[in-house]
Amino acid sequence: MPTLPMMDTVLDVDAEGFLQKPEQWNETIAAEIARENGVPELTERHWMVIRYMRGRYLDTGNAPSIRSLGKESGVEIKELYRLFPKGPAKLAAKIGGIPKPKGCI
Amino acid sequence: MSTTAVYPEPSTAPEAATAEPRPIEKVSIVVSKGSLEGIYPALIMANGARMEGIEANVFFTFFGMDAVVKAKQGKIKVATVGNPALGIPSLLGMIPGMSSFVTSQMQKKMETLDIPPIGEFIQMIADSGGKLFACKASVDMFDLHKSDFVEAVDSIITVGDFYAMAAGGEIIFT
Repeated sequence: MPTLPMMDTVLDVDAEGFLQKPEQWNETIAAEIARENGVPELTERHWMVIRYMRGRYLDTGNAPSIRSLGKESGVEIKELYRLFPKGPAKLAAKIGGIPKPKGCI
Repeated sequence: MSTTAVYPEPSTAPEAATAEPRPIEKVSIVVSKGSLEGIYPALIMANGARMEGIEANVFFTFFGMDAVVKAKQGKIKVATVGNPALGIPSLLGMIPGMSSFVTSQMQKKMETLDIPPIGEFIQMIADSGGKLFACKASVDMFDLHKSDFVEAVDSIITVGDFYAMAAGGEIIFT
């Protein structure tokens, strides 16, 4: 498994940089991943999405679809794409320290 | 005096062979069919493009326009005749109500997979920054107007406009 040195720790990641062990994650790491992926600052709205994303994964073992992200995270689709222009579901998962979402929707 | 054909030297640039394929940055999808199975793949691909941060244009033409015409959008059905992959012989597919029945079964299954109904899906693509267009030739042919289309449709454009917009990206026809 590839690893990624970050801060003073080493993270287990996949080829695209998604954390494979959510327990290695913390909020400082999140901010660092965000910066590296074109989100310079995480606002409270970003955090709402990231926390929802991570919570759903930890509860169910699956990341939510973009549809449920828009309906249930408290942030609607339009704003999701403003917050994470390069793809909200993928990016929120990456920043939230969970594996890459597998669904097509 | 002899004439010799001149061919360009074969490229010897090493990067030509080893370069990483360039990521797709834009897709323009043409939806030409008005059945459920004709429309969904295009919507899934358009939405999927946006999810990857890829720019997406969707161009609705001929019966594909039903997906974005207010009066038709809620009535899209699976073709149960002439659709061998469905496994229903065409003679049975003709039975009144068969198409509605198969459609509702499929819709139930899609809901469990979190695939939205067509109207919601179209709005979702528009909200995610995908651009939707209706084809001018088809609009004229079916005597339609901009007001016949759902709000998510940006405008009615010609095929020339479409190509101009698609420039530099991939075109997918469904």
